[in-house]
Amino acid sequence: MGPVSSAELDALRLSLEVATRSVAFSLPLAVLVAWILTRARFPGRMLFDAFVHLPLVLPPVAIGYVLLLLLGARAPLGGWLHAHFGIQLPFTTAGAALATAVMTFPLMVRAIRLSLENVDRGLEAAARTLGARAWDRFFTITLPLMLPGILAGAVTAFAAGLGEFGAVITFAANIPGVTRTLPLALYTAMQSPDGDPLALRLAILSLALGLAGLLAAELLVRRVRRMLGR
Amino acid sequence: MLRVSLLKRRQEFTLAASFTAPTPGVIALFGRSGSGKTTLIDMIAGLLPPDEGEVQLGGTALTDTRRGIAVAPERRRIGYVFQDSRLFPHLTAAGNLRYGEKRARSIPHSIRFEEVVELLGLASLLHRRPHELSGGERQRVALGRALLSQPQLLLLDEPLASLDVARREEVLPYLETLRDWLSIPMVYVSHQFEEVLRLATYIVLLEEGRVLTAATVGELSLRPELRSVLAPDLVGAVLDGLVTGVDAAGDTAELAIGSGKLQVSLKDVPLGARVRVQLLARDIILATQPIQNLSVRNALLGTVTEITPEMHASVLVKVDVGGPIVLARITEAARQALRLAPGDAVWALVKAVSTRGHAFRLFGAPARRV
Repeated sequence: MGPVSSAELDALRLSLEVATRSVAFSLPLAVLVAWILTRARFPGRMLFDAFVHLPLVLPPVAIGYVLLLLLGARAPLGGWLHAHFGIQLPFTTAGAALATAVMTFPLMVRAIRLSLENVDRGLEAAARTLGARAWDRFFTITLPLMLPGILAGAVTAFAAGLGEFGAVITFAANIPGVTRTLPLALYTAMQSPDGDPLALRLAILSLALGLAGLLAAELLVRRVRRMLGR
Repeated sequence: MLRVSLLKRRQEFTLAASFTAPTPGVIALFGRSGSGKTTLIDMIAGLLPPDEGEVQLGGTALTDTRRGIAVAPERRRIGYVFQDSRLFPHLTAAGNLRYGEKRARSIPHSIRFEEVVELLGLASLLHRRPHELSGGERQRVALGRALLSQPQLLLLDEPLASLDVARREEVLPYLETLRDWLSIPMVYVSHQFEEVLRLATYIVLLEEGRVLTAATVGELSLRPELRSVLAPDLVGAVLDGLVTGVDAAGDTAELAIGSGKLQVSLKDVPLGARVRVQLLARDIILATQPIQNLSVRNALLGTVTEITPEMHASVLVKVDVGGPIVLARITEAARQALRLAPGDAVWALVKAVSTRGHAFRLFGAPARRV
């Protein structure tokens, strides 16, 4: 195998960027949704729950297609975003990040929700008797105690986001240097007649990244748990 | 004054409890497990809404369902020490102590951090996290945390229940110190009569969600309702007496009780201290004539005021010893042999070692107003 090519570096850099942006974008929302699913009681909660988990069961291509229908240049929402904020999502890195965020969202919500369910509500009651109001309690007690789950969710979503393929290629296409992330570069290499060595290198790189991500998640969570004395 | 009158219906359990207790002081909610003690203080704290009723502290309504008043727990200024301490695991002991203090900024601080650390012996624990503390240490930190939130009432829900006997002895003196040095009213939930005897000034007796009776400790110790809750061997008058003499070795003290004197085994109590003793009914011997040549050290002359039949062919005799009343349990056969009846003069004989005494400086120390 030869030296690392600039196409590979581009793909690696893009994958990291897309995954980072997708996590940054979806994390606050995932905390909110996890909170609603755990604590709020409202009609249609089950339907909302199912909706949040849809990306787990739908073909990624379908998700990408729905995003195109909603956010494409001529779609109502997409057109409005472009006209008022100059935001264009299809065929851009931001769009790849959005597609990735939608796909990894349920993973993140699940991890955060699990940690929220484990937060002892007695501690929140104790904070109440000590004079802490709702937001105060959330930020000083609930959120810190959810931290292991938030970290686990973020790292898992990041690792999964590095490899998101179907939704990204459908919504953001396969543009070198813009939306051609690792899996897309791998796919492209496989399609070209002499791309086998490159494809193998990209596959190994993906594997290493994924493994590193999952290990990092585990170590981080352990450390935080120790900090919390569990 | 703490006025509580609350109703809460739950499946197969209804709590309907009312009492009015003087403050400051330690109000014990005493009753078996399942009598509704925790439900009651959760409602006092505002953590659980009642179906109906009111909670009034010092004339201010905190809960009043008829007037639509329900002050949020975070605005009640009621400190709560939970049975399981509930320290925040992500904060150090110091962080826990400061949590309530920071949120009480708008209230003039009468309890300072350094003072609490000193009073509860927390100096060496401040940097530790809750999981690095023993059960007793955790409860002391929880106590300090509640105090530093500058409460106007402190609720303690069986704070010693999760501790073994040795750890209890480690925490109890601190509770006594708080009672004597701070004039914050406390509500102390317990099903251990020992603890109640040591700490309380007023007892509310609960059973199956109802208040059986409520009175000062001395009065309540004479009431028949207590006997239905307590093991027969624990029945006995509780008396508060002034230490009028101590022996040279510091092992026994002489107390003025009514018109008589009582020698009790009590280590190292100062002259003039107020001491609480319980004279167990089973340990008291009655005589209708003065007795000589007996090893019993104490003979209190009094008048029989009431004789109540009990189970197992025994009777409980109330004897007025010049104001205070003692309870004596004798057999029905002995009563008949002595022809004992209300109005008779008797000597109540008490062995010096048979009292359960507790040095009890109830507000004897310079109490601070809070």
